[in-house]
Amino acid sequence: MWKEHLVAKLKQHLGKGGVTPEHAHYLAQIRLGKLAVWATQLTLLIALILFWEVGANMRLIDPFITSQPSSIYHTFLRMAKDSSIFLHTGITVLETTLSFIIGTIAGSLIAVFLWWSDFFSRVLDPYIVILNSTPKIALGPLFIVFLGDGMKSIITMALTISIIVTIVMVYTGFREVDPNKIKLIRTFGANKLQILQKVVLPASVPTMMAALKVNVGMSFVGVIVGEFLVARAGLGYLIVYGQQVFQLHLAMTSVVVLIITAAVLYQLVACLENRFLRWKE
Amino acid sequence: MAFIPKVQIEKVNIKYQTLDGETNALEDISLSIREGEFVSIVGPSGCGKSTLLSLISGLLKPTSGQVLIDGKPPQGSSQKLGYMLQQDYLFEWRTVYKNIMLGLEIQGKNKHSVKNKVHNLLKQYGLWSFRHYYPHQLSGGMRQRVALIRTLAVDPEILLLDEPFAALDYQTRLTLEDEVATILKRANKTVILVTHDISEAVAMSDRVIVISKRPGRVKADFKIEYAAGRLAPFETRKAPEFRNYFNCIWKELDIHVEGTPSG
Repeated sequence: MWKEHLVAKLKQHLGKGGVTPEHAHYLAQIRLGKLAVWATQLTLLIALILFWEVGANMRLIDPFITSQPSSIYHTFLRMAKDSSIFLHTGITVLETTLSFIIGTIAGSLIAVFLWWSDFFSRVLDPYIVILNSTPKIALGPLFIVFLGDGMKSIITMALTISIIVTIVMVYTGFREVDPNKIKLIRTFGANKLQILQKVVLPASVPTMMAALKVNVGMSFVGVIVGEFLVARAGLGYLIVYGQQVFQLHLAMTSVVVLIITAAVLYQLVACLENRFLRWKE
Repeated sequence: MAFIPKVQIEKVNIKYQTLDGETNALEDISLSIREGEFVSIVGPSGCGKSTLLSLISGLLKPTSGQVLIDGKPPQGSSQKLGYMLQQDYLFEWRTVYKNIMLGLEIQGKNKHSVKNKVHNLLKQYGLWSFRHYYPHQLSGGMRQRVALIRTLAVDPEILLLDEPFAALDYQTRLTLEDEVATILKRANKTVILVTHDISEAVAMSDRVIVISKRPGRVKADFKIEYAAGRLAPFETRKAPEFRNYFNCIWKELDIHVEGTPSG
């Protein structure tokens, strides 16, 4: 009796906003599908954590090597109490944000320059192609020699990665702008600056947003690798330190915090994208 | 007073240079178009019809010969001209209203008085309640109508229409042809329409010019007159002269599809 009641209640809730019973049924179907995906995702996560925790307690896996959720939790609490985890996270986020912003702005400006001057875009093309295919991480040790073993090197590391990606993506976006749109605005007598402002830049916003999303990830890679190499603070430093002194609780905690931070940063950029692309809906 | 044609094309040649060689696009074209005249240009595809429009608009310079507008060579992209392309090319990130303001923005004319005019155009074309919509929310006919208002907003004296109805379905095309012809006639605009649709040309224009296949030359020049006077395109299609003009132009075009024997 109560079971039927519950199902009916659920159906009513899922079908909310339906204009007809059929529409309500349709809405309920779609929402139920979404709910199922979401619930399964959550279950997977919980199962993973449970398996990890229980497996470690039963010695199916060795918590000295793999750590375990409860230890990670306690390590986090301990580090939260003396705020050290926030300090390290803060530094990594700061470095990432700085290189992300500088990389995006400088990269876009260079892309504009390349679009503006056909001659220089042809001259610089092979250099960009080669830089793009070079693993920039290999340059890390050199940056340390050039710039010292501080934040400067780390940011430069991340910047080299993000700037090249931005140039390539944004410039490609510029070139893919429909030439007929440019022809149209030229019939109104637009000059080159107006073509850039009114057509090329706005038409490339979706590409630029995609570049931003890629860039967050890229900057993060650069910063973490930089921290592996030189840092005395930051999540990358914590991971390396935890590994070196064989405190895997510390290393794992840092990895978990790193994952969450990356997810948050990505979501922030995604929000930004939604703001700029309202006309797409 | 000497008679100055609105658009005068004198012995124009256009040659395209490519690495593979030279293409003669237009050869020895001379045309003179009166103010307020509605002229259609028809010809086989690739004959340089659109090139002719680019030439008049000043986007393209002739290899030799000259183009005169009101007796003077056009300076850059002249503000006397409005250009409508085959597709609407509305900017999807701008609302209907913002799209219409584009030309005015470029020309620095988006003043208050102009805005009133744009409001009137929007109302006249039944787009007022859609002014805050984005292009993807509109039907094909509405989009092309927005493109037309965008062109008219800058108040051009000469309109260059490059197959503006080609991408529309048949019903919408007939309706829009009617609307456009009526409105442009009433505003006494000089119109040059490029089309491959003979019936569209005969129905809408005062004059139909046939261009030969590449290199494009003026092959024939028909004055279209109806005993009943100037009618809306939809009505002219029913007039007795319509079929006659259609057949004459069809013969001049000398179209034969590859593979079929030509008479």
